[in-house]
Amino acid sequence: MSVNLNGPAVELRESRLKTITGYEGSAAQLLSKKDFLNRERSFMQCGSCSADQVMNLLTQIQDAAVVEHGPAGCAGDISYRNGVFRMGNRRLGYKVHNVKYINTNLDEKDTIYGGEDKLKKAIREAKRRFNPKAIFVTTTCASAIIGDDVPSICNELETELGVPVIATICEGFRTNIWATGFDSANHSILRRIVKPARHKQPDLINVISFEHQFVYANVFQKLGLRPNYIVPLSTIDQLEHISEAAATVQYCETLGSYLAAGLEQHFGVPEVKAPAPFGIKASDALLRELGRMFHKETEAEKVISSEKEKIAKDLERLRIRLSGKTVYIAAGGPLAYSIGALVKDFGMEVVGTSVWHHDQKYDNDDERLNFLKFAVENYGDFHVGVCNKQAFEVTNAINHYKPDIAITRHIETVWAAKLGIPSIFAGNQPTEMLYDGLIRFGQTIDDAISNPAYIKNVAKHSKLPYTEWWLEQGTYTFLRGNKND
Amino acid sequence: MTDIIQGPRHGCALGALQTVVAIERAIPILHAGPGCGSKLHRGLSRAGGYQGAGYAGADAMPCTNMVEKDVVFGGEDKLRDVIEGALQIMDGDLFIVLTGCTAAIIGDDVGSVVREFSKQGVPIVHVETAGFKGDAYKGHELVLQAIIEQYVKPVAKKQKGLVNVFASVPRHDPFWEGDLNELKKLLAGIGLKANILFGYNSGGIQAFHDIPAAEFNLVVSPYIGLKTVELLQEKFQTPFLHYPVLPVGGIETTKFLRTVAEFAGITSVQTEKFITEKEDEFYHYLVRASDVLTEYQLNQPKRFYNISDAAYSLAFSKFLVNEVGYFPIHQFITEDVPEKYKETIQGYFQELAPGISSDVTFAQDSGIIEDTILSNKHLTTPLLLATSWELDIAKEISGLHLSVSLPIIDRLILHHTYVGYNGGLNLVEDIYSRLLAKHRE
Repeated sequence: MSVNLNGPAVELRESRLKTITGYEGSAAQLLSKKDFLNRERSFMQCGSCSADQVMNLLTQIQDAAVVEHGPAGCAGDISYRNGVFRMGNRRLGYKVHNVKYINTNLDEKDTIYGGEDKLKKAIREAKRRFNPKAIFVTTTCASAIIGDDVPSICNELETELGVPVIATICEGFRTNIWATGFDSANHSILRRIVKPARHKQPDLINVISFEHQFVYANVFQKLGLRPNYIVPLSTIDQLEHISEAAATVQYCETLGSYLAAGLEQHFGVPEVKAPAPFGIKASDALLRELGRMFHKETEAEKVISSEKEKIAKDLERLRIRLSGKTVYIAAGGPLAYSIGALVKDFGMEVVGTSVWHHDQKYDNDDERLNFLKFAVENYGDFHVGVCNKQAFEVTNAINHYKPDIAITRHIETVWAAKLGIPSIFAGNQPTEMLYDGLIRFGQTIDDAISNPAYIKNVAKHSKLPYTEWWLEQGTYTFLRGNKND
Repeated sequence: MTDIIQGPRHGCALGALQTVVAIERAIPILHAGPGCGSKLHRGLSRAGGYQGAGYAGADAMPCTNMVEKDVVFGGEDKLRDVIEGALQIMDGDLFIVLTGCTAAIIGDDVGSVVREFSKQGVPIVHVETAGFKGDAYKGHELVLQAIIEQYVKPVAKKQKGLVNVFASVPRHDPFWEGDLNELKKLLAGIGLKANILFGYNSGGIQAFHDIPAAEFNLVVSPYIGLKTVELLQEKFQTPFLHYPVLPVGGIETTKFLRTVAEFAGITSVQTEKFITEKEDEFYHYLVRASDVLTEYQLNQPKRFYNISDAAYSLAFSKFLVNEVGYFPIHQFITEDVPEKYKETIQGYFQELAPGISSDVTFAQDSGIIEDTILSNKHLTTPLLLATSWELDIAKEISGLHLSVSLPIIDRLILHHTYVGYNGGLNLVEDIYSRLLAKHRE
């Protein structure tokens, strides 16, 4: 079993999934081996940390509290996460409220004498203030280096408070791969929240997602399935019973690999082994697999043909407008591969990609979950740079290719804009999925290309923080080690 | 000892990376963990009214992204590599290395590494801003101290009329750029050239080279900037004027300008002409607002809370009490104010107007703030000049809410200002626009 639930710390992606953050070469070559050595950089810009991604999930649970044991700056992500949480609740018609979060505010004295008393106070206050169904206690670089024993304190306070108090180990320095933070959060949920099924619910399907219920809702309804959206915006009660679902589906292996595999391996909930529904071919494949698993083959075929019919005219129109246009994609691994497939449905040409990391295997090691393979087999090869979210490499690459459009996630679109390249920030809610999503995204691309007035303004009146020298260098000049070939 | 925080606001000392980003063509280099820069950018800049990446902020900031092997073996070599890379890749005039918790706890000798470069003439300084040292206000003063001690050199002669202004904390205070430029315009009106150091058209490194050439330094804040001007007095013998109230509206702005003119020895018919003209214009518009400001049925938000930093809390309290006829309920000052300034700051709120004073709580924790608010009885609509964290509590007490302090995730802020004559009008417009929208939506 790849998902090992013993102990509070998750096994890191580096060893579990052979994840790399440095690679340059073709997608086909990247698929040819599963043991590429990582290539590090001699120059870097700010990355991200696993604690940040832990908060991406745990603070978004409606009735759980999070206590972060660290200096106040570690809470830098929280005000904005609160914005995402409030927006998600508003959109879905839930009660709008702030995240339930407390930081222990470690100071200089605490780094010498330890911050354990403060941590205990914070956990007790979290119980008093929020009356949560569970309290997740997370670690940071500072708390880990000074050696505070977070798991022991959690055990002690759990007995005192009578709710699960769950140590979530995620200090930033432990891993190069910030996506490990998703795994740390899901590890805590699988270990301590999910209960064995009381009874199976044959029409219930877990959907691992951010806050985007509207995307799948339509087709699930037609297939007679009840979606259970997890982890953001869910409740502890809901998470306790995800073991009762008939299947789990996810669209982003970076986010969902560990939770989907853990549910399959430890609770007998099978993962849907199909590509994420970006573009027509992947949408067809996913719906057919759902049809097969839930014995709804006929209904699935009906949905596929009616959805395709609905979008046929718009698809034709957008193909005429976008065919031959070039695109550069910078996003997390699986999503970049999926978006690459999607834009090729419009006849666009993917000139290159920057992906943050690449997992060389998956927690459920099934080739049907290899979205890169799906993209290459169905749409052809393309160039991949694994860049650990390094803006200087992405900016350099976009400058080299000068595409008609740049599509980015998690990186400031302003850098592409300063180069005068129309750009779209594709946020955490991938509204580009399935058939109507394809059209929605195509229209967004067409709008961005058709009236780049704002982008041209930005380019004309600003300067990039890079030297001319750098913009003329090869994108991967600062990547150490041997070239990947 | 610091206490726990619900509703985090002011980041950590490393948040002073924003101070560097606000210097034109300056490049921050972080010797810190992989998540520090990204988190602080979002918490202090994006959540401060969507301020954007700036010239070399957000994900453009060079960083050592310290991982486990650096914790075990030290990160000095890695820092050297990243500085070397930054000098090739980043197009900047001044490089500032800021250290985070990890580098500080494991004891990397950052000063030695940085001096290898500065000895070769590279414009580079370093500053210890480990997160556990304090909030971003503390970090801001540490960055200024480092630049002054390691980079700024004495000059042969003073520039007539030049004054260094230390007021808003750049990028950290969401209205910093509008506020600093408003102060610059006001001071220009009485014949002074303000060196605001940060933001659009502020001069970049030349502004820092000019610091010793100023005739005097001006601190416009209850205490932020005092340490800096004391250092400048010691190093360059520059005198300073400490004006504790950030001026908002007619009375305070006029008082501020007259005080500065007198200190500078430039009081004249021209300065008085400028002041009275601007003041007249301010009252022209304030008078125009009287229909709305006196309407009984609108449930006037006449009693206010400030949940903000010391500077804005004091500035708005003075303005609302003395110009609009409001009453303070209670003021919460949310940054980590050093102990030695607390009593003085409380004193400022004791003399807002004859017979009107306000209690002050220094609180970084939403739990304390909300408990205090809920323990009060509100007979009329309370006004909360606050942050996005207080949207829910405002609703709970049927209050009127306006985000004016970090974090602000419900407004886009470009050049908006609450300082000076214009700032007073802006505040009135914003409060009453919220009130009218609430009644009419």
